[in-house]
Amino acid sequence: MNIILNNRPDSFEEDSLTFEELIKKKNFTFKLIVTKLNGKLVKKDVRSQVSIHDGDDVTVMHLVSGG
Amino acid sequence: MKQEKTIFEPKFIFKTMNIKEIFKILKTKTIGIAGCGGLGSNCAAALTRLGIGKIILADFDKVDASNLSRQYYFYEQVGQKKVFALADNLSYISPYVEIKPYDLKLGPHEIITIFKDCDLIIEAFDLAEMKQMIIETCTESFPDKPLIVGNGMAGWGNNNSIKTSKIGENLYVCGDGVSEISEELPPLAPRVGIVANMQANTAISILLKNEKSTEL
Repeated sequence: MNIILNNRPDSFEEDSLTFEELIKKKNFTFKLIVTKLNGKLVKKDVRSQVSIHDGDDVTVMHLVSGG
Repeated sequence: MKQEKTIFEPKFIFKTMNIKEIFKILKTKTIGIAGCGGLGSNCAAALTRLGIGKIILADFDKVDASNLSRQYYFYEQVGQKKVFALADNLSYISPYVEIKPYDLKLGPHEIITIFKDCDLIIEAFDLAEMKQMIIETCTESFPDKPLIVGNGMAGWGNNNSIKTSKIGENLYVCGDGVSEISEELPPLAPRVGIVANMQANTAISILLKNEKSTEL
C-alpha cells in the first residue's frame, strides 16, 4: 500500500497495518507520540485496533518536553 | 536534499489590512493560554500588544529565579504566582485587554471548563505528557477550536529548523519537533521566544482569516 506518512509518501508491502505495527516497523521509539489517521486522532489505547490502508494520510508526531 | 513539505509553507501572499481593521477584529476575540512559562508568557505579551479582547491564563506554578532566562517576568516577581504576575505585566502593556487568570493545574476537566468560550487555545506546557493530554482533550471535546502547540525549542541556533505544520483540521504545531530540554540543552530566551511568537502569529492568522490567502 501507498500512504502519506508525516506529509511524505511512503510505501509498504502489506495491504494494511495497524498503528501499532506501523510504529514498530518504522522504529518510532519515542516515548510520547500523537497519532492521526486522515486528520482524526487515534488514541493510544486503540493503536492496536485501528488499521491503515492504501491512500491514507497518517501522522505520527513525536512530542518533546519544553516550553 | 529533499525538502520536507510543511502545509504551512509560506506562499508570501499577504492579505493586507490596516491596524485599525486588525484591532477591530482582534478585540472581539478570546484566547486561552494553557501554561504561563516560556511559551505562554511570551505569547501572551505578543497577543496583548495586538489588542486581543480577552486572554484566559492558567498555571499553578510560582516564578522562580531560573525562569528569568526566558519567561516574561521580572526579578522582583520571584516567588509570586505566575498567573497573577503575568496578569500584572500584561496590564502594563495594555490596560484594555481583559485578562482572566486561573491559578490551577490543568487537567481535561479544567481545560473543558475554562477554555470553552475561547476562539482558540495556545498550548504552552513544558512536559510532553501534558502536551499529549491537551491534544487528546481538545481533539475530542473541542473539534472545531484551533489548538496551537509548541513542540521542540530547546538549545540555541538552528533558526531554520523551527517551523509550523498543520495536522488535520484544527491542530497547528510550532517548533523543531525534536529538541528536548535537558541539562545540556536548556530552554533559552531566543528559541523559546521564536516559538512563542510563532504561536501568536499562527493565532492571529487564523483569527484574521488569513489562512485562505496563505493556504495555511
